[in-house]
Amino acid sequence: MMNHEKNHIVPFSLHLWVWVGLLVLTLLTVSSVLVDLKNFVVFAALLIATLKASIVAIYFMHLKFDKKILSMMLGLVMLVFIAFIVLTFVDYSFR
Amino acid sequence: MSVHRDDAASKMGMWIFLFTELLLFGGLFLVYSIYRFMNAEAFAHAGSELDVFIGTVNTIVLITSSLTVALSISAIQKNKKKLALGLLWMTIVFALVFLVNKYFEWSHKIEHGLFPGMEHYMSLPPGEKLFFYLYYFMTGLHGLHVVVGSILLLFVIARIRQGRITHDNFVFHENGGLYWHLVDLIWIYLFPLFYLIH
Repeated sequence: MMNHEKNHIVPFSLHLWVWVGLLVLTLLTVSSVLVDLKNFVVFAALLIATLKASIVAIYFMHLKFDKKILSMMLGLVMLVFIAFIVLTFVDYSFR
Repeated sequence: MSVHRDDAASKMGMWIFLFTELLLFGGLFLVYSIYRFMNAEAFAHAGSELDVFIGTVNTIVLITSSLTVALSISAIQKNKKKLALGLLWMTIVFALVFLVNKYFEWSHKIEHGLFPGMEHYMSLPPGEKLFFYLYYFMTGLHGLHVVVGSILLLFVIARIRQGRITHDNFVFHENGGLYWHLVDLIWIYLFPLFYLIH
C-alpha cells in the first residue's frame, strides 16, 4: 500500500527567490557592522539571523507545505529553548 | 506487492532527531550568551580578530549549498534524475569549499599560537580565552556536522543511482536535505555571534 499524499513540488523559481532573499539578509547583517548601532548590535544580529533561520525552515525545509504538526513541534522546542535562556539570565542577573 | 510506507512518520522522526541537534547547539549558545554577558568587552575584542571576509564567504557558500539541496528535491520529484544528481554533487563541492576555508582559517590562527594550550592563547585575558575556546568548540562541532551531512548526501546520491530514491519515493532524500539545512541553520547563528558582533 502506498501512501500517496499529494506530493507538493516547490517550483525552482521559489527556491531561487528564497536564496536571493537570504543573500540580501546576509549582506545586510554584514554591513550592519559598519553602522554604529551601539547597544543594538547584538539585537540586530540576532533579529536578522532569526529571520534567515525562519526563511530556511519555512521554505527550504518545506515546513510551509508539510503537516502543521511539524511546525508546532518546532515552535514548542524553540519555546523550551527560550525559556532556558530567560531563566538562566534571570538567575545570573540577580546574583 | 508493494511495501507499506509511511513518509510522514519518517519525516517526523527526522525532525525529532533534528530537535536533539538544535538543543545540543542550543546548550552551547546558552553557554556563549552567559559568558558574553559576563565578559562583554573581552568577547568584543577577541571577536574582532576573526576574519569577517572568510566568514561571509562561508555563509554564502552554505546558503547556496542549501539552495542546491532544496532544488535537487524538486528535481527528483519532477523525475529529473540527472539534474538531481548534479545538484547534489554541487552541494558536496560547496561543503568541501566550506571545509577548506575553515582549514585555512584555523591553521592561520594556530600558526599564531592561538589555540587552547598554546603560548599566545595562554597569555590572553580569561574572557578572550573563553571566546576562542567556544569558537573552536562550536565551529568545530559544526564542521563535524558538515562532514556528516556530506556523507549522508553521498548515501542519497547512491540511492538515486540504484533507483531506490525515485520521483514517488524520495523521503530519504528529503530527510538528508533536512539535515543539510540544519547545518546551514546553525551556521546562520554562529556567523554573526562569532564574526560580526564586536
